[in-house]
Amino acid sequence: MTPPDRQSPGPQRVRVTSPRMRATASQPRRAVDDIDEQTGIGEVYMRALVGSQLRLALGVLGGFVVSLCALPVLFALAPALRRVEVLGVPLPWLLLGVLAYPMFVVAAWAYVHAAERAERDFADLVERR
Amino acid sequence: MGSSATVLHPLAGGLAVLLVAAATVAVGSIGFRLSRTTSDFYVASRTVSARWNASAIGGEYLSAASFLGIAGLVLAGGVDMLWFPLGYTAGYLVLLVLVAAPLRRSGAYTLPDFAESRLASRPVRMVSSALVVGIGWLYLLPQFQGAGLALRTVTGFSPTVGAALVAGVVVLNVLAGGMRSITFVQAFQYWLKLTAIALPVAFLLLAWSADGAPNPAEQGLPSGRTDVRTTLPATVTLVAEVPTTLYVEGEVGPVTEDGGEPGTRGPDAVTQLNGDLRLAPGERVVVRSGSVVEVPAGQPVPHAEPVSASTGADWAQPLSGAGGRDHPLYATYSLVFALFFGTMGLPHVLVRFYTNPDGRAARRTTAVVIGLLGAFYLFPPIYGALGRIYTPDLLLTGRADTVVLALPGRLLPDPWGELVSALLVAGAFAAFLSTSSGLVVSVAGVLSQDLLHKDALRPGHPPVRAGADTSVRRFRVATVLTVFVPLLLSLSTTRVGLADTVGLAFALAASTFCPLLVLGIWWRGLTAPGAIAGLATGGATASAAVTLTMFGGPYDGWAGALLAQPAAWTVPLAFAVMVGVSLLTKRRVPARVGRIMVRLHAPEGVSVDRRA
Repeated sequence: MTPPDRQSPGPQRVRVTSPRMRATASQPRRAVDDIDEQTGIGEVYMRALVGSQLRLALGVLGGFVVSLCALPVLFALAPALRRVEVLGVPLPWLLLGVLAYPMFVVAAWAYVHAAERAERDFADLVERR
Repeated sequence: MGSSATVLHPLAGGLAVLLVAAATVAVGSIGFRLSRTTSDFYVASRTVSARWNASAIGGEYLSAASFLGIAGLVLAGGVDMLWFPLGYTAGYLVLLVLVAAPLRRSGAYTLPDFAESRLASRPVRMVSSALVVGIGWLYLLPQFQGAGLALRTVTGFSPTVGAALVAGVVVLNVLAGGMRSITFVQAFQYWLKLTAIALPVAFLLLAWSADGAPNPAEQGLPSGRTDVRTTLPATVTLVAEVPTTLYVEGEVGPVTEDGGEPGTRGPDAVTQLNGDLRLAPGERVVVRSGSVVEVPAGQPVPHAEPVSASTGADWAQPLSGAGGRDHPLYATYSLVFALFFGTMGLPHVLVRFYTNPDGRAARRTTAVVIGLLGAFYLFPPIYGALGRIYTPDLLLTGRADTVVLALPGRLLPDPWGELVSALLVAGAFAAFLSTSSGLVVSVAGVLSQDLLHKDALRPGHPPVRAGADTSVRRFRVATVLTVFVPLLLSLSTTRVGLADTVGLAFALAASTFCPLLVLGIWWRGLTAPGAIAGLATGGATASAAVTLTMFGGPYDGWAGALLAQPAAWTVPLAFAVMVGVSLLTKRRVPARVGRIMVRLHAPEGVSVDRRA
């Protein structure tokens, strides 16, 4: 015996709901629908996400530029710093050759976590009914 | 110090090179078994795991400039040269925060794909394709030059053989397996390179401390601890800082007034010498290739132009202009600019992002890459610093780029010296092979899709997607073409050091694709005319500077500094033109820009419509 065909024509059960109920309580509109339909509200959500991600990116870049790119200026303005030694290694060599790299790794992971948190928040916001 | 032309028995050196080449092709062929369809061929079907991918990115990125060039720069130019490895790493941080996730989410396979889908413009695609090929060739050039140099150092073969060998293995490898095989090969290459650069450092530092740990910063001008006797592998112009007496067996001549290529003035300008040559401070003299030069112990070694001698104290200090670099503060910032913002525009770097499963993975992979690169870059400067003490003759022969390969033979007793040299040779060849392969895959992909396609320039030609109708045969023709052009170029120009040529490729990438990517991802107002104007401006100014630096000059003072490190002015210029022209052509903003922003920025977990 073959299993019953689900697509076969015939009387099927139809769910009947009041139009008013469907519009309000059981199927509330989500922000993702606005994004899909490119409405003004959807646009606001997207601009908020892009803006927050861009601010985060520029914040990381800014902190990194200030701390790293200040070094040449610092060495130019305070020549005494060029000759400072730490544990027998000249300070410029230690900073540029060794210490900068762990700093990069820390900055990278901090950014990854912050960016993922921002995306989780966005997902919670737009998927909420 | 040894007078032999090679640092290694030619047989041992040749064996190391052959082993790396064979291993590369063998590991690649594992991938070949798995790569059948065209989409496999291009992007490994996007099934490469994040850890593999990070190793592969590291393996692909660490080129001859990293493995050999940095140590050479540090040897000649001192602490300011540490900005090169810093910039190479920091470029990934910039890429991570500005580009990584959105670019992966865009779903594009190549830079031209991204440009076209973002701006709905075929001309933007064509301009991008031409730039990808240009940057790729410029980046391949030092790889082939480095390979020739390294093979000459270890075996004494002519540089042409080394360059041709690497080119041949790359073509074989790419044709055998495409990107899938490359991913396995690249991941393997990273760990090989890290081992090859790190392990010898332990031996070298032991030998150095047994020698009384001499401090390179406390030296005066670089001078040999024993008599330095060396055979010139190329014609050089020597300059002495102090009155110097050299013993020369070979051909010597004055520098011509017009500053032409040294030693090309005909036989009457050159005299055969078998005896002492006295140099007054600042006097310049041309010594022909093949001459034997001897400098007595303790006497400062005259330097081959364009490098000039600096004392240990100057060398160890930032911004001292050590090595004869003008305007060190500007040069440092401009270099940093090029490396920070150029990384995202390198074709072989971007193509790696499509093998991540999604945007989130692209970010995490990038963060791992930063760690892997940082670990590697701790080591090359140590070679440069030890070279100040043990291989000052490389400043005389103008072969500072070979310091990594030359050191073990000077510091370690045989057989350790030979073994460690062989390991370093293997690492150097891994560097040439991996970077070249990655570049060739991405450049050949673009070349075959866009520029070699018979309908490519016809208006209304439908966009070509990789894997759709791009035939594998066209890809193979493109591969050969991609390798052949830089191989020819590598035989002609040798004036600019490895890491400097790579720096110019970065400058070109930073002046073109950086504005396109950053504005394309974050700014809705970008238009196709704006993008083309910006790409053209950045591309023209940066490549003019590159051409003048490599084939014209040398230029002194500000002109030389601005041309040798153009990024500080070409990148802002390209950004300004791109924004300005876009604002003037506001009506050309793509109608679907809102959709595209959703596609680029919406996190994977959110169920939105991602069709562009």
